[in-house]
Amino acid sequence: MVCGPWTVDFLKSLTFNTVNAYHPYTIFPLGDTALTIDFGDQVDEVINRKVLRFFQELKEANFPFIKDIVPAYSTVTVFYDAIGIIQHRPGKVAFEFMAELMEGLAQEPVEEITDTGTLHRVPVCYDDAFGPDSAFIQEQKGITKQELIALHTETTYRVYMIGFLPGFAYMGPVAEKLAVPRKEVPRQQVPAGSVGIAGRQTGIYPLDSPGGWQLIGRTPVPMFNKEDNDPVRLRPGDSIQFYSITADEYAHYQGGAS
Amino acid sequence: MRIIKAGLLDTIQDDGRYGYQHLGVNPSGAMDRFSARLANALLGKELQGPVLELHFPAAQILFEEDTVICLTGADFHPVVNNKPIPLHHPVFIPANSLLAFTRHQEGARCYLAVWQQWELKPWLNSYSTNLKAQAGGLHGKCLERYDLIPFQKSSVTWKKAADTQVLPWKANEVVDTRKEIECLIGSEWYQLTPEARESFLEQWFQVTHESDRMGYRLAGKPLEVTRQPPMISAAVSFGTVQLLPNGQLIVLMADHQTTGGYPRLAHVSKAHLPILAQKNAGQVFRFRLVTLEEAEKKIIAQYQYLKQLQLASGARLQEWMAR
Repeated sequence: MVCGPWTVDFLKSLTFNTVNAYHPYTIFPLGDTALTIDFGDQVDEVINRKVLRFFQELKEANFPFIKDIVPAYSTVTVFYDAIGIIQHRPGKVAFEFMAELMEGLAQEPVEEITDTGTLHRVPVCYDDAFGPDSAFIQEQKGITKQELIALHTETTYRVYMIGFLPGFAYMGPVAEKLAVPRKEVPRQQVPAGSVGIAGRQTGIYPLDSPGGWQLIGRTPVPMFNKEDNDPVRLRPGDSIQFYSITADEYAHYQGGAS
Repeated sequence: MRIIKAGLLDTIQDDGRYGYQHLGVNPSGAMDRFSARLANALLGKELQGPVLELHFPAAQILFEEDTVICLTGADFHPVVNNKPIPLHHPVFIPANSLLAFTRHQEGARCYLAVWQQWELKPWLNSYSTNLKAQAGGLHGKCLERYDLIPFQKSSVTWKKAADTQVLPWKANEVVDTRKEIECLIGSEWYQLTPEARESFLEQWFQVTHESDRMGYRLAGKPLEVTRQPPMISAAVSFGTVQLLPNGQLIVLMADHQTTGGYPRLAHVSKAHLPILAQKNAGQVFRFRLVTLEEAEKKIIAQYQYLKQLQLASGARLQEWMAR
């Protein structure tokens, strides 16, 4: 088999598997200009808090050779400037330099991590005109429209990560009674503001976009505004409470989220 | 410069918008970063600065002022006032000249740099056009008929030529058409069966028509995975090779989403992404695994070449302007 120099041993030599009391984690390359630190490979609030703490620490450290830091459910991915690192540290592979730096940071003890996110109350109109998959979910789950609204609005959701589109927040956990898989054939166009469900996740489309989540309503609150210096409303670690509004309230909605 | 006739997909792009991926804002930027930087280098300009990325059929552009331009990347048979001009050379163009592209010769994307700075407002620290967010570039859109990209006023006085003139320096290194694309192993590589790993490295993949700035979908013998738990979403990168549920591959390109949940089998090396970005639907290539050391060496070599060319070209252009 042609495998070049990429034997299992070689891969292991580049992958750091470290377990300690605070942060069990794995570091692996994501191509030749990025690496990913994985804190547990599952959707879990405690793991996600570690992710966000690590993201904040890295951001505050403000390393000039780090171009982008992307937190997700259980991972932090760091995009780095390989040229800057190699010129600064000749004779060393940039990935190794970065992996060692990340190891050092990940081993710093983290006592008790608490969320520092903002609580947002987001109005949603659950009318069928805005939630074309609402009837399907009610039928699948044997619940009434009122029960669907109650189930979706009674939980305070956590924003685990932002991805897919500018400002698209992955929130959860959605009640088991509402959890439905995403649509087999995605829609060509989902209007901005649409609120959807995919598995135990809920999310709001910030822009008009193709999409496969099951749509149950729509919010009049913009989640993305390119004119703002800070164009994205939600952040990982924030908390979200939805509340139900009528079509009339939707049409005349003036304010932002509170 | 003014757009006289719109092209298929012509946008302003730079080296990418970094620092906002945690908000879901993807970096965009030129598909073929080497050619984009090369166009700037040949004019002595900042390598990472904005250029125009053109697809065929490409726009017709009227230059209302005297300028020096440089075209790199795909060969669309460029002509100025109906006379052919070469790629990879700086070319002086007198005011009121028309640049057009007459034939699709080779490659997928052509880059245009001009000596003057464009009068544009960056969005989130970058000039790259993000079509989804309708931001960056010129009004966040593809260039349309009558669009004007103004030049900043320059205080430099320089000696113009009477007619179009090809300046006497050029690039010696350009993006080639090789069919072996170097890549690095991805974190889910070992989810492939041993046969599939072999097949990944031995078979020819064809670029399908479902290939654009977001991603290249490839056609090949489907690849099988050993049973694995579903992946949860994590960051992906320009060049990430993902395995789709049907066993086919997609290579994520400049306008990729920031995160994804498909197995990441491999990542095209940064130095070879430009070669892939110049391939058209129907063309075939193979993957070859390389080490991080090899990949980084090529990143450095490309950068050093461009840096030297930028310095030399800047000096020669000044000399020519003051001749």
